Amino acid sequence: MIEDMDTAVLKSGSNLERVLSEGHFAVTVEIGPPMDSNGEIVLEKSRLLKGMADAFNITDNQTGVVRLSSIASSVLIMKEGLEPVMQMTCRDRNRLAIQSDILGAAALGIRNCLCIAGDHQSFGAAGKLKGHPGAKNVYDIDSIQLVAALKGMRDDGVQQGGDSLEKRPQLFIGAAWTPLGDPIEIRPLRLKKKVEAGADFIQTQGVFDIDRFREQMKVIVDMGLHERTAILAGIIVPKNLGMLKYMNSSVAGVSIPESLITRMEHVRSSAGDDKKKAREDQEEEGIKITVELIEHVREIPGVSGVHIQAIEWEHRVPEILKRAGLIPRPALHKGG
Amino acid sequence: MIVAERKPLSEIKSFIENYKKILIVGCGTCATVCLAGGESEVKVVASGMRIGFLKEDREVEILEDCITRQCEPEFVTPLVERVKNEGVEAVLSLGCGVGVNFLADKLESVPVFPGVNTEFFGAAIEPGVWVEMCAGCGNCILHLTGGICPIARCSKSILNGPCGGSQDGKCEISPDVDCGWNLIVERMKKMGTLHRLEEIVPPRDWSTSRHGGPRRVVHEELVTQPEAEATG
Repeated sequence: MIEDMDTAVLKSGSNLERVLSEGHFAVTVEIGPPMDSNGEIVLEKSRLLKGMADAFNITDNQTGVVRLSSIASSVLIMKEGLEPVMQMTCRDRNRLAIQSDILGAAALGIRNCLCIAGDHQSFGAAGKLKGHPGAKNVYDIDSIQLVAALKGMRDDGVQQGGDSLEKRPQLFIGAAWTPLGDPIEIRPLRLKKKVEAGADFIQTQGVFDIDRFREQMKVIVDMGLHERTAILAGIIVPKNLGMLKYMNSSVAGVSIPESLITRMEHVRSSAGDDKKKAREDQEEEGIKITVELIEHVREIPGVSGVHIQAIEWEHRVPEILKRAGLIPRPALHKGG
Repeated sequence: MIVAERKPLSEIKSFIENYKKILIVGCGTCATVCLAGGESEVKVVASGMRIGFLKEDREVEILEDCITRQCEPEFVTPLVERVKNEGVEAVLSLGCGVGVNFLADKLESVPVFPGVNTEFFGAAIEPGVWVEMCAGCGNCILHLTGGICPIARCSKSILNGPCGGSQDGKCEISPDVDCGWNLIVERMKKMGTLHRLEEIVPPRDWSTSRHGGPRRVVHEELVTQPEAEATG
């Protein structure tokens, strides 16, 4: 009976929604699909990460590189008992394709969707891969319009064009937010628009500058936005000095405090000429930094969880979450 | 204006090398102003072609012309007459793509080749530098964005920007590209209208743009014969 009532209140019935609605500090972890048709890789990552998070983001051709699709990868991880957050970019699909995929995803049992613009196709993994820089992009609708379209389908039972839906897709709707992106003064306003459009949860760009993030979160809390959406702070696991420096200079919206760079520099130079030790020590320091970042953002008012991105380094995530005291996760109890 | 850039001479030569009498025609309006296909560029291309054919010991007659606008019958009709009367085998247009198309529609069997790449609608922000400023999308929303176009000047043409890829006023695609939404925000800040960006702009109707198929504009008062007759 209670469970029935509970289900009635929930918008999607997803585990992520449940965990957040019960007031737990949520954890999501990103899984990057492979660049080929090897679904086994997705399954392996799933087995490695099972039980480590409340839901797992499946990226959608991230950094403008063709990968096993987010919808198929989402279904693959569901086979292993993980709950996906299917990412959906506006770069590759027009409103017809997006809504069609959303209906398909819902029919396949996917309950969370993250709505994002998507990196421009010129990215090609920041020049490390060929990618498809000559592709024609779509951007028929933007991420905020996508959030609104999904909300319309779920809550009003209408497609964006106005045709009605009999069976509505039950989705927990997410959006991304770059709290420290330029121009900085527009960022709270943009978050507000995402919330107004219908974002149930937010996953932020990777946070390293805790002080500036805290200031920005204060603005958000003063606006009351944290009460209307669940904000999960983005945590990118830094592997080494090069990655920190690269993110600081080249990834929009990510700024790394000098102190963190100095700290990593010190670790690397302390290892001397021993390259293996230098690598291992930097990795260990990266994990320490990650755990500290998690602890810091956890204390910031308005933050409801963390979203961990360990790019092609997913196997270290269990250790990070264990050290951060975030496992075991709240038990998934099925409603209905 | 329409901004174009001249194609490499080698590419141009490859289009016309099988003809013996070629007319190179410039355009006196946009293509002239953006230094892609005016009178002087016609001279440059003509000399380049002459030298190229001379090196190969080939006799090719190259005629030069430059008309005020390649997009209006008033100027194009005499040119078409000249092509017919002088037995021109092929036309190389240094006008924008509109000029090439318009000539193709009128020239019947005589081929017309493009001598320039037509780039965009833009302005000269400094001598020698042109920047895209309008996408010709058929439903202007500049009143919402401080007069700066997110369709033309944002790499993702998003209507509720800026996305997370804006850094130090530049777009994520290149440090050489201004973030259009940063320009919008800065401009609206100066005008004291930043709060207007709080409103969610709904998905737009792209049918007014190219996505709705080839477009036309009709001023009824200027149409000399009924529209139905004109289109057959």
